[in-house]
Amino acid sequence: MHNHVLKDLKNTVEKYPDKTAFCGEKSALSFRQLDRAIDGIGSFILGEGIRRSPVVVFMEKSPEEVASFFGIIRAGCYYVPIDAEMPSVRIHLILENVQADLLICDEDTEEKARDLGFGGKIVRYGEIAETAVDEAALTAVYDESIDTDPLYVVFTSGSTGIPKGVVGCHRAVNDYIDQLSEVLGFTDETVFGNQTPLYLDACFKELFPTIRYGATTYFVPKTLFMQPLKLVQYLNEKKINTVCWVVSALTIISAFGTFKTEIPKYLRTIAFGSEVFPIKQFRMWRQALPEATFTNLYGPTEGTGMCCYYRVDRDFEEGESIPIGRPFDNTDILLLDEEDREVTKASGKQGEICIRGTSLTLGYMNNPEKTSESFTRNPLQIHWPELIYRTGDIGRYNERGELMFVSRKDFQIKHMGHRIELGEIEVNAQMIEGITGAACVYDKEKGKIVLFYSGDKEEAEMKVLLKDSLPRYMVPNVTRKLERIPLTSNGKTDRVTLMSMVR
Amino acid sequence: MDELISILREIHPDVDYETATNLVDGKILDSFDIISLVGEIADKFDVVVSAEYMIPENFNSAQALWNLIQKLQDDE
Repeated sequence: MHNHVLKDLKNTVEKYPDKTAFCGEKSALSFRQLDRAIDGIGSFILGEGIRRSPVVVFMEKSPEEVASFFGIIRAGCYYVPIDAEMPSVRIHLILENVQADLLICDEDTEEKARDLGFGGKIVRYGEIAETAVDEAALTAVYDESIDTDPLYVVFTSGSTGIPKGVVGCHRAVNDYIDQLSEVLGFTDETVFGNQTPLYLDACFKELFPTIRYGATTYFVPKTLFMQPLKLVQYLNEKKINTVCWVVSALTIISAFGTFKTEIPKYLRTIAFGSEVFPIKQFRMWRQALPEATFTNLYGPTEGTGMCCYYRVDRDFEEGESIPIGRPFDNTDILLLDEEDREVTKASGKQGEICIRGTSLTLGYMNNPEKTSESFTRNPLQIHWPELIYRTGDIGRYNERGELMFVSRKDFQIKHMGHRIELGEIEVNAQMIEGITGAACVYDKEKGKIVLFYSGDKEEAEMKVLLKDSLPRYMVPNVTRKLERIPLTSNGKTDRVTLMSMVR
Repeated sequence: MDELISILREIHPDVDYETATNLVDGKILDSFDIISLVGEIADKFDVVVSAEYMIPENFNSAQALWNLIQKLQDDE
């Protein structure tokens, strides 16, 4: 039996041919239309002679972009989604890393795509989606597939300044969707309101359950996340009952008194993650929607989507943190101390959160060095090779035996739901001509990235220059020019002093 | 108004706030900019911009935002 991520699609199409699968701002695709586009794109790719290779998707967020992802998977290839709004400099780094032969764009992104200096062929979605279906070729590819074959590469921030491409496979995605669906209770009546971008793995929570169960996903227009009242009206208009959002998207609604005017009355399942939920805001949500379930999700991209969950079952006082809970079934979490010894539940001590199981991704694309740093042998089991992923997150168990997130081992932060290596910002700052030093800290309280630098650029200019190389969410909120970056006695950046300067 | 412009410049130094009239529609300010802006406005001008006022029309230009701040100050 094949364990392919598209294994349920044909069945779903048969059951719900005309139901909307994905709906964006400009267009929608029913399951039948989606399936036809997937087969068309798959047939086109096979016709081009492209096999088991990365294919870049450079499109606006839309149902058609999803069809491209699945079409690439249908062809036995793996998709590499690139945010069309990302600065070209960073896009180049990604293209160089993956070396793809084909890029799919759309009418809105074509011009930029052609300016990227991409070495392979560039095609528009509209040109290929209606390709005649080559049933025999598609079936042959499907029959050959195994569940450890890759299906995507998504890029995450890298501390050396170069983004890292995380390669994921069928088996891990299927397992993730099994576990997540059980915890959150997805069915054919689920109506998702998607908030997260399609160029990361966060959107798997909507994409894969939608085709498996015959659910519907609405892509909530980005501009609504600055208009809380209209956002709630949108959720009600579409009768959205399930959201899996970053915390900052949820607090946009609660923080501005929206609930006084309008309640998202169809919402029943609310999952959140990627950030700490301020308890004051969280209570407003629970008060507004006492019938809904709230689930905290935790997990790094390297562990395929999410790997731990906590279904909120009690009240929290301000100052408390919501646990990340327990691993999904079929996933194991190890806490390791600095000597790679196991930290037991009962000890209450801290350790690095490490993941064991099917949910591990395959590693980083064309990056053996980074892969071997984080995907290592399980030090607790020496008898045969077994991989774990070291998250770099420090955790501990509370007195109830629930896993709690404590901090990071390194300089990775979560800012507005995005995972960012402060090192990547520093490297990009240092690459600017005339800059002699750069160090970045995160002001958690205010949620601001603060860059300290030395050199001949003014503070405002510095911010503008960084926009050319960093995605918007990574551009420092504050830039501060110093005579020199303070160092500790052993020559490292003195982050303690820098933090005190932020305050 | 000058104080407001300097808050806006902190967010995006490269925008001419005297003339720009499409700050939201032109995707110059994104949702996270708006959120931090509303926070700064609360600190500096002591007014609360509630959900009903968080619409593009009120944020598309510095002038529109200034008008909103004044209206909210008068209402109090």
